[in-house]
Amino acid sequence: MLSALKTIWLVLRHMFHRRVTVQYPETSNYLAPRYRGRIVLTRDPDGEERCVACYLCAAVCPVDCISLQATEDEHGRRYPEFFRINFSRCIFCGFCEEACPTYSIQLTPDNEMSEYKRKNLVYEKDDLLISGPGKYHDYNFYRVAGLAIQGKDKGEAENEEPPVDVRSLLP
Amino acid sequence: MATIYVDGTPHEVEEGQNLLQACLSLGYDLPYFCWHPALHSVGACRQCAVKQFKDERDARGRIVMACMTPVADGIRISIDDPEAREFRKSVIEWLMTNHPHDCPICDEGGSCHLQDMTVMTGHAHRRFRYKKRTYRNQCLGPFLNHEMNRCIQCYRCVRFYRDYAGGRDFDVLGSRNRVYFGRHEDGVLENEFSGNLAEICPTGVFTDKTLKKHYTRKWDLQWSPSICPHCAVGCNVSPGERYGSLRCVVNRYNDAVNGYVLCDRGRFGYEYVNSEKRIRGPLARGAGENAVEAVSKGTALERIRPWISEPERVVGIGSPRASLESNFALRALVGPERFVAGMSDPELRLARRAVSILRDGPAAPPSVAEIEACDAVVVLGEDLTNSAPRLALAVRQAVRRQPTEKAARFKIPAWDAAAVAYCCQNEKGPLLVATPAPDRLDDAATWTRRAAPDDVARLGFAIAHAVCSASPAPDAMSEADRSLAEEVARALKDAKRPAVLTGVSCGSEDVLRAAANLAWALRAEGKDARLSIALPECNSMGLALMDGGSLDQAIEAVENGSAQTLVVLENDLFRRMEKTKAERLLESAQHAIAIDCVENPTTARAEIVLPAAALYEASGTVVNNEGRAQRFDRCYVAEDNIQDGWRWLIDAMSAARRSEAKDWTSLDDVRAAMTEALPALAGVAQLRVEGGKIPRQPHRYSGRTAMRAHIDMSEPTPPEDADSPLAFSMEGYSGAEPPALQPFFWSPGWNSPSAVNKHQREIGGALRGGSPGIRLIEAAPSEKIVWFEEIPQAFSRRPDEWLLVPLSRIFGGEELSVLSPAVAERVAAACIAMNPKDAEALGLKAGDEAEIRLGGTEPIRQPLADMKELPEGVAGWPSGLPGVEWVEMLSWIGRKGTD
Ligand code: SF4
Ligand code: SF4
Ligand code: SF4
Ligand code: SF4
Ligand code: FES
Repeated sequence: MLSALKTIWLVLRHMFHRRVTVQYPETSNYLAPRYRGRIVLTRDPDGEERCVACYLCAAVCPVDCISLQATEDEHGRRYPEFFRINFSRCIFCGFCEEACPTYSIQLTPDNEMSEYKRKNLVYEKDDLLISGPGKYHDYNFYRVAGLAIQGKDKGEAENEEPPVDVRSLLP
Repeated sequence: MATIYVDGTPHEVEEGQNLLQACLSLGYDLPYFCWHPALHSVGACRQCAVKQFKDERDARGRIVMACMTPVADGIRISIDDPEAREFRKSVIEWLMTNHPHDCPICDEGGSCHLQDMTVMTGHAHRRFRYKKRTYRNQCLGPFLNHEMNRCIQCYRCVRFYRDYAGGRDFDVLGSRNRVYFGRHEDGVLENEFSGNLAEICPTGVFTDKTLKKHYTRKWDLQWSPSICPHCAVGCNVSPGERYGSLRCVVNRYNDAVNGYVLCDRGRFGYEYVNSEKRIRGPLARGAGENAVEAVSKGTALERIRPWISEPERVVGIGSPRASLESNFALRALVGPERFVAGMSDPELRLARRAVSILRDGPAAPPSVAEIEACDAVVVLGEDLTNSAPRLALAVRQAVRRQPTEKAARFKIPAWDAAAVAYCCQNEKGPLLVATPAPDRLDDAATWTRRAAPDDVARLGFAIAHAVCSASPAPDAMSEADRSLAEEVARALKDAKRPAVLTGVSCGSEDVLRAAANLAWALRAEGKDARLSIALPECNSMGLALMDGGSLDQAIEAVENGSAQTLVVLENDLFRRMEKTKAERLLESAQHAIAIDCVENPTTARAEIVLPAAALYEASGTVVNNEGRAQRFDRCYVAEDNIQDGWRWLIDAMSAARRSEAKDWTSLDDVRAAMTEALPALAGVAQLRVEGGKIPRQPHRYSGRTAMRAHIDMSEPTPPEDADSPLAFSMEGYSGAEPPALQPFFWSPGWNSPSAVNKHQREIGGALRGGSPGIRLIEAAPSEKIVWFEEIPQAFSRRPDEWLLVPLSRIFGGEELSVLSPAVAERVAAACIAMNPKDAEALGLKAGDEAEIRLGGTEPIRQPLADMKELPEGVAGWPSGLPGVEWVEMLSWIGRKGTD
């Protein structure tokens, strides 16, 4: 008898608590920016593709759902010729983001990805590439790297001396 | 044997090596940079530091460089000592102060020795706050990319390029911390072995430029154990494939053959596989000129069925660039009497002569490693650098042998490269290069002699006679030649292991005989002499060991009407006979069927063309110069209807309802039938492993569930390979695979080419399972030597006629590699070369177009090149070069006029 009353009391009390369930899709929950949802490829602060096609995300992916091919522009800047993620395989573990040395690949809080056709879950570079830098605003890999690209010659990266004069005999 | 104590554990090791080598052989992970098993020690990088203790009571010890410390009995060292560890970590830290932040865009990444060593020492955080030094790069030609910022100044590249490969146009330049490794100015690296810098350089300074065009990381490539198809040395290689196209070829260590190095033709010639000229499906040619249509496999086989159902009416032309199995399947299709070896009469005669000399005489053919161990060399008549490049590199090592022995007298160990070099200065061991045309080995030679093939042979006979008087002597030798012969003979007799190298490219059997007499004469004098004969193609030796006749036999059969159908297996007849003759042969046959991987003039005239797999997509066996039968396994399954030559022939047999076809379902079945039918090939064995198939893909292979997702969501099961114990997968057998089946070298913590360390019994020695390949030719043990007695007359020039000798060309002289864009960029201009005196007498100068007449045929036009060293009365012909017509070597050409 007493326990039944206790239970009723508990239920009554809960009526005055804040509701946890939301009316999805009319309303949706807040997801932190570091939430691991749909993957995007971002651009550097200069608006260029960040991905340098290093294959590290593909290598680290436990389900092997990233596939790409590297290519170069005429000045030697490397980028992916194609970049494909098969989201029907992706487990949103975020390893690719951790492996990426350029902050290019990032997971976003978007998780609304259901499709009737599996094929629609295959995203190509066009589907993945966004126009901004995502979570990391300032990093530009090519400003740090030693490779010369258009607009950044040898010795012009951060923390670099100008190219040495090999012919100099000065001590 | 000596006992060394490493961190307290005693080990028995071979004396005469250094501690680094010993520790690596024992399986310890000790980081290093400047040392390389083929280049030895200079102690430049300070990376291999260990602690050495005086005795067991010594707790302090002192730091020494393992690579500069000889193994001594009772020596006590510690790799694990905290101070030694700290030292090694600091060394990497210094080396990295200027290293660019490049790994993600560096082609070396994932197979980088520097990355591996950095991880091994534990250096993870950059403390250096100052600026990085930078360099400008050089453009070094079509093979290598240069990115000098990544250099750690280990000096391996110069030591390889200059000391090991004999290159001159590359060096270390500049002073203090500005040293630069490159050419004095931008330009193509001339040395034929430059590509090895990509593997020898422990960092990403030198990387494969052809790979860069379709770049893929090492872990993403599917590899296979394969053999280089571009000459008869048979270097072991691993081709790497991704997304259905071949991406690169890297060295596959075989201590007996290529060791750590390949030539540039082999390394960069692979792109013929991706060429536009590939035949991708069966073709049928109708009556009209251009009436070629793609047909299905079934239609093609149906078309040829009536032509081949009567084997008596068919002639099968085999090929020295196709596998033994493909040739044997052709022989089975047409019958042994109607199988021809696919070589012209002189070619086949020379190849058979080579076999009989090696088999019936007492001088065994040496492996490449054995040539490297020789200490005096005679090269007769063959431009090795251009026709069997890896042999020429071996000769360069042999030339360095004798001076090293002198260093040994001063108690300098052979591995102490800098001290040995200082002791020997520019001394060289004896090398005679006697060839008609200037030779790339001339700079290493003690004596050079330019002469017509007959005179080269006479010189060989004269040396043989001077070595052993039982060998017949040529008459009427000039005084100069006689004294040269005597001098060379003396040097050979003073040597421990002399080698005689010759080849068939100049077309002279006399040269082969002279070389044989010389090697045998040395044997008769009790020397451990070796005789190596360079043949032209990857399976020339295999074909010489088979029983087919020459192309003349095919021509005869077709012309007398006994044969109606011609089956040409992976062979371009236009590279073996005059154009008109080849045309006539293909026209007079009622039906011509060609099986080949690339379009060529022969396939252009065949009625049915069947697409054969290129060697890297095929499985089979080829036999190299040394008589070493080496298996190769397909790297990937080619798309479309491409299949192995032998598979097409089995399909043809089953179309013709032949009984063998039913029993032959895999390569092993063909192999079994072949070794039974041809006892000379009996050693070609089958290899099996228990416990799953060997994976062709590294375990980190990526993208499996995405690479085909745009085509089809369901991932297909990988193709089965019924022909080998290898799988197209990243899973399967784990353990020590037989070395002949090892697709790539990898070991935990060792991702670079140095991973091979972990697969050798001893560093620089044989692989754990032995050296891949089976030798089919062993020298006769008989002490009774049957000398060749026929000695040619001295060359006498003819008025207004010239004797054609070959100018072999590493780039362009071979049919397939020239289809690679990078190799094509290096092809020299076609020309006819003459002594300027001859040219002047003709009123011609270099660059003029010469019109050449060969008995009866149309005149050929070719620009004239001056070649000062060429003997008068002799003309050099760059045989095989694109746009250069086939001309029989040693024929006489005349001239009509010029314009
Ligand atoms: S890890 Fe980053 S830079 Fe590298 S391929 Fe992936 S997305 Fe591109
Ligand atoms: S050389 Fe090695 S460590 Fe240096 S950037 Fe290239 S991959 Fe990285
Ligand atoms: S270029 Fe490579 S091999 Fe040469 S010194 Fe530099 S790191 Fe060593
Ligand atoms: S062409 Fe000859 S020497 Fe060069 S890699 Fe191939 S087999 Fe070796
Ligand atoms: S490897 Fe020993 S000092 Fe470089």
